[in-house]
Amino acid sequence: MNATIRWVRGGGLSTLLLLLPLLLVFSYFAWFPIGRAVVMSLQETNLVTDPVWVGLDNFRHVLDDPLFWTSVRNTLYFTGLALLFGYPVPLVLAVVMSELRRGKGLYSALAYLPVVVPPVVAVLLWRFFYDASQTGVFNTILGWVGLGPFAWIQDASSAMPSLVLQATWANAGATVLIYLAALTGVRGDLYDAAEVDGAGLWHKIWHVTLPQLRGVLLITLILQVIATFQVFTEPYLMTNGGPQNATVTVLLQIYNYAFRFGDYGAATALSVLLALFLAVMSAVYFRLTRSWSTT
Amino acid sequence: MSSTRRHLGAVAAAAMALSLLAACGSGDEEPQAGDGGNGQQGDGGGGEDEAVTISVSNLPPATESATREAFLARVEEFEVANPNITIEPSEYEWDVTTFAAQLAGGTLPTTFEFPFTDGQAMIERGQLADITAEVQELPYADAFNPSVLEVAQDDAGNIYAIPTSAYGMGLHYNRIMFEQAGLDPDAPPTSWDEVREYADAIAEATGQAGFAQMSQNNTGGWILTTLTYALGGRMEEGTGDDVTATLDNEGTQQALELLRQMRWEDDAMGDNFLFDWGTINQAFAAGQVGMYIGGSDVYNSLVTENSIDPNSYGLTVLPLEGADAGVLGGGTIVGVRPDASEAERAAAVKWIDFFYMSKLTQEEAALADAEALVAADAPLGTPALPIFGAEQLAESDAWVADLVNVPLEQMMPFKESILDQPLVPEPPVRAQDLYAELDAVVQAVLTDENADIDALLETANSNVSSLIEAG
Repeated sequence: MNATIRWVRGGGLSTLLLLLPLLLVFSYFAWFPIGRAVVMSLQETNLVTDPVWVGLDNFRHVLDDPLFWTSVRNTLYFTGLALLFGYPVPLVLAVVMSELRRGKGLYSALAYLPVVVPPVVAVLLWRFFYDASQTGVFNTILGWVGLGPFAWIQDASSAMPSLVLQATWANAGATVLIYLAALTGVRGDLYDAAEVDGAGLWHKIWHVTLPQLRGVLLITLILQVIATFQVFTEPYLMTNGGPQNATVTVLLQIYNYAFRFGDYGAATALSVLLALFLAVMSAVYFRLTRSWSTT
Repeated sequence: MSSTRRHLGAVAAAAMALSLLAACGSGDEEPQAGDGGNGQQGDGGGGEDEAVTISVSNLPPATESATREAFLARVEEFEVANPNITIEPSEYEWDVTTFAAQLAGGTLPTTFEFPFTDGQAMIERGQLADITAEVQELPYADAFNPSVLEVAQDDAGNIYAIPTSAYGMGLHYNRIMFEQAGLDPDAPPTSWDEVREYADAIAEATGQAGFAQMSQNNTGGWILTTLTYALGGRMEEGTGDDVTATLDNEGTQQALELLRQMRWEDDAMGDNFLFDWGTINQAFAAGQVGMYIGGSDVYNSLVTENSIDPNSYGLTVLPLEGADAGVLGGGTIVGVRPDASEAERAAAVKWIDFFYMSKLTQEEAALADAEALVAADAPLGTPALPIFGAEQLAESDAWVADLVNVPLEQMMPFKESILDQPLVPEPPVRAQDLYAELDAVVQAVLTDENADIDALLETANSNVSSLIEAG
């Protein structure tokens, strides 16, 4: 009793009341659909007549689908390539830009510009640029230096790297801004001290900048991994999973189950698997990197 | 930030993948029988004089004022003739990706149009009302062309929709590109060897694709099935529970070999191998494609969506080679929501009869419809296949012959021969899955010079067989 009164007097009740609208909205629009998806993954439904409970059949169906492992492989490939190219590029850009004496604002704006372009417009533009004929935009430009023509998205081996290139271009700007903001928080006296110790530019970046940014770097890494595991817009609009299923990703597979074949049970089952995988991976990641974190 | 909070944050972010999908299916209360999904409480009785309201699809948008007014005038006419039925017109147009969500959300009209290709899957999934009793009361119920009505029936012969227009697959060609290649546009190819030869000549003369093939969103499988039929093959054999997949048949092997030759030996298929229905139409109308396979009604879309130059358009029948060769058909069917009440079903079939079927069976209605189309500069006269019989089609064509505004002369190679070609329905089981499987096969042949056609077909056949066995 005393504890309850203390909780009320301590502002617990008013906090809860203030939070309530947000909790209700969040529960209805976020947690309720998630709960529904878990339920649907155990049912066969056409969304009209009463659903039939099918146990784990949907999961079995999804795991037996020959495209399941293809989509997992493709998603891992996309994530790997996106990390390889997409993760260091914004960091390098941010560090270089932070060293500039003038025009920093202009370069920040230029770096951020692709983020302003609506994703669908950007992808469709790039699909046009990727025209595989000799007169395609990229092939024409590369032709001037004696390269190509390349098949780009028309060939199974080059389709995924082409998607990663576009995604990196489209998304790097936002991360650049995060790094630029974080870089302003690096204490100047650390650089001064490093300089006194005789450190050059590379040593200053390696021993001062990167350790100071590690909290942000850890977060952007996991956010990028989670985002790239859910890649959808690029393969959907650019290649629709082709050629030869080379760009079918897990999320595209979920979309196809639901909206191309009307199999909502399979779609939600695969969604549940993906969510579980990402949740476990995130937890493990934070556990492993706990000692590196700055917060 | 505490470790627990961080974990929760990460889990929440991961779970967003779930909410995206589930939000579309979160209609927690399944619509009840009698609700009709439109907020209209059905009477459940079906008495002739009881008031009933139904919503109907494909009201033309406000930007197409002439056809919209004509549609609304027909609605008024119907309501005068049926005072107990109120019609709520809706601009809804069929979209496979939103259909189920709209059905569940109650925003799908009581009656709606959709293509032949989706009919069987929707019947299997219970997404259409059984309207057998209502259709059998129509005076022309027994007159339907059986091979056309089949697309709207289940194995037991129950009827779930009414076919309102039908087409056969044909070979579309660009007459101007034919001339540029020194070919006679009035003498289109009559064999697949000639198709290959002409494609090569067009590619050589114009630098564009002499022949192009759809390969995405199940269209690759759809067109490969068309080619297979034209070469005497079949994708599935048997009926009922005994259907087996035969994707590795000789016709499909020949069809893929033909594509391989045109692509890799002749280099006659251009540089884009990821076409779907919309993008291949765009490319054709833009003069980037010499020939391609599609439904004979595509000209309507080429005019309204892609502003094609009518002088450039030509249409002929697909060459049929092989003992059992035939042409794949397609078209539009109109169905009713599965949760419609008896009264709504009866009213819906009355509307379908009045709005869609009278154009085919009554001269006055046919003329009124044709005049509205012509006033809106919409194409009229594109060759169609008979919903009932050849004689009836000829008769209804004759009613509106003076109003035809499409270059019919340039479509005569098709119109004169299509009725002589045997019509073959789509694969009866899991057609869309089969098409999806074949998309990858077509893409492989068009993008990989060393693609092993036999191995690809063997794998595809095994995958589709598993799906058929799973039921």
